[in-house]
Amino acid sequence: MSVRKKNKNPAETMVKEEREASKGRLIPVHVMGKRYEVPEGLTLMKAMEYAGYKFIRGCGCRGGTCGACGTVYRRPGDYRLQVALACQKTIEPDMHIAQIPFFPANRALYEFADLTSAPEEVFRLYPELFRCVACNACTKACPQGIEVMDAVSALKQGNIAEAAQLGFECIQCGLCTSRCFGELVQYHMFQLARRICGARIIPRAEHVAEMIKVITEGRYEDILGKLKHMSEEELIKLYQKREGEPVTAGEDWRPKDKTYL
Amino acid sequence: MRLAYYPGCTLKTKARNLGEPAIAALDVLGFELEEIRKWNCCGAVYSLADDDLIHQVAPVRNLIRVKEQGKNEVVTLCSFCLNTLKRANLLMKEDAEKRNTLNMFMDEEVDYGGEVKVLHLLEVLRDEIGWEALGQKIKLPLRNLKLAPYYGCTLLRPRETAIDSVENPTILHKFLEALGATPVDFPESTRCCGSYQIISNPDNNSGYAWDILSSALSHGAEALVLTCPLCDYNLGQGQKELVKKHDGFRGMPLFYFTQLLALALELDPQVCHFELNQGSPESLLWEKNLLP
Repeated sequence: MSVRKKNKNPAETMVKEEREASKGRLIPVHVMGKRYEVPEGLTLMKAMEYAGYKFIRGCGCRGGTCGACGTVYRRPGDYRLQVALACQKTIEPDMHIAQIPFFPANRALYEFADLTSAPEEVFRLYPELFRCVACNACTKACPQGIEVMDAVSALKQGNIAEAAQLGFECIQCGLCTSRCFGELVQYHMFQLARRICGARIIPRAEHVAEMIKVITEGRYEDILGKLKHMSEEELIKLYQKREGEPVTAGEDWRPKDKTYL
Repeated sequence: MRLAYYPGCTLKTKARNLGEPAIAALDVLGFELEEIRKWNCCGAVYSLADDDLIHQVAPVRNLIRVKEQGKNEVVTLCSFCLNTLKRANLLMKEDAEKRNTLNMFMDEEVDYGGEVKVLHLLEVLRDEIGWEALGQKIKLPLRNLKLAPYYGCTLLRPRETAIDSVENPTILHKFLEALGATPVDFPESTRCCGSYQIISNPDNNSGYAWDILSSALSHGAEALVLTCPLCDYNLGQGQKELVKKHDGFRGMPLFYFTQLLALALELDPQVCHFELNQGSPESLLWEKNLLP
């Protein structure tokens, strides 16, 4: 995960603005058991970088959607472990933090083309599903606020579509699995449920096939050919000239030029 | 009348032939089975270990769901779910120390103290409708059908959570009489089917199944009536082997009690999902002119 490297850390310059904005107010945080003083207002990730850690793993989008920076923390005086994405959560005084960027969970191998939408597919690939004791630790550990235990229950009940729906916002951070009493792999199971649901349960979008037909018949060949041979300048001009959708446009808004619709 | 309903996982997958006819039949009888929201697996087996409280969390959480959805009763159909929910409920009612520990562990839930009453569908039929009134609503009496009521274990044991007399139960007998069928008493009707022993010891289990099936047959039954998906598995799955092993045994149809109720109320037979039954129980019903 992170490699500690004091001084000349690019992160030092990255957090310079925040440091100035906080007018030098430093607060104590404990990163993996070691105390640091960092400017208040930083995210957990920036606080760790300020303290000298350089992320070569466990850091992705910095926008709360990639799930790479799952982190556990505890506030002073509270026995409960809390979870967050390091790029999203702001530091609090005296909190203890440790990142869990990857969890070595069991992941079933399957040939997707051979899978049906039968509930037994999930039972067979992830038999540990039935080790769930409904302790709810997974739900408490989800930084996305997903009802993880309910989605697990849906899988047990053979309702793959419900599990896919409930687990739709899963970012695969693995914190649920790290806390699971029954050693279930919730996030991989939900991914399987979403795949089965998308390919086998949700009705096919027939209009997509029609559109593909139109495209393969060459409807866009001319314009794409023209675009390919335009200079950068011409492309910029064309882009700036395009008719944009007004912010206030209603659902029935259509552009004047419908040539390529 | 609306009743909170706890289906259990098996009724949503392998045993839809137990759950779906019940929902349809109850509708005709003026009861709506309203599935509780956000339920989880009951745990399937009640943990007998004194210090194994984690396995009480699942059933208790379901009872909390019932309470939090403003209901004070919950109906279930599966014998195992009934047993697990009822015994966990009793624990929450009677053991203050364990109640406190479990409530503290589930700190995200409202506190629970055994307030919800867990009912089996047979109890609803007996106590809310009554056998005589049920009999009057029957449109297609199951005349000439000799049925052996098989209770198994978990409806009747332990005594504290039994839905009827432990030694001499009659609830399933009376239910069958109300449908116009002839209940056939047989000594194995409350014997264990082998339960989960089949997983670790599949051979030993067929001994139980044979004892039960042959006893019912020798007392003149034409089919066995069940309430539990695990009994169905143990008594049905092993029948192919038993047919090979025992000369003259040609298999015995198994019915869930809810399938017979739907049939006697003349509901569309499709709701019974006979295709999920072991063997082909329809032949017997055709023979008796009970299926078109």
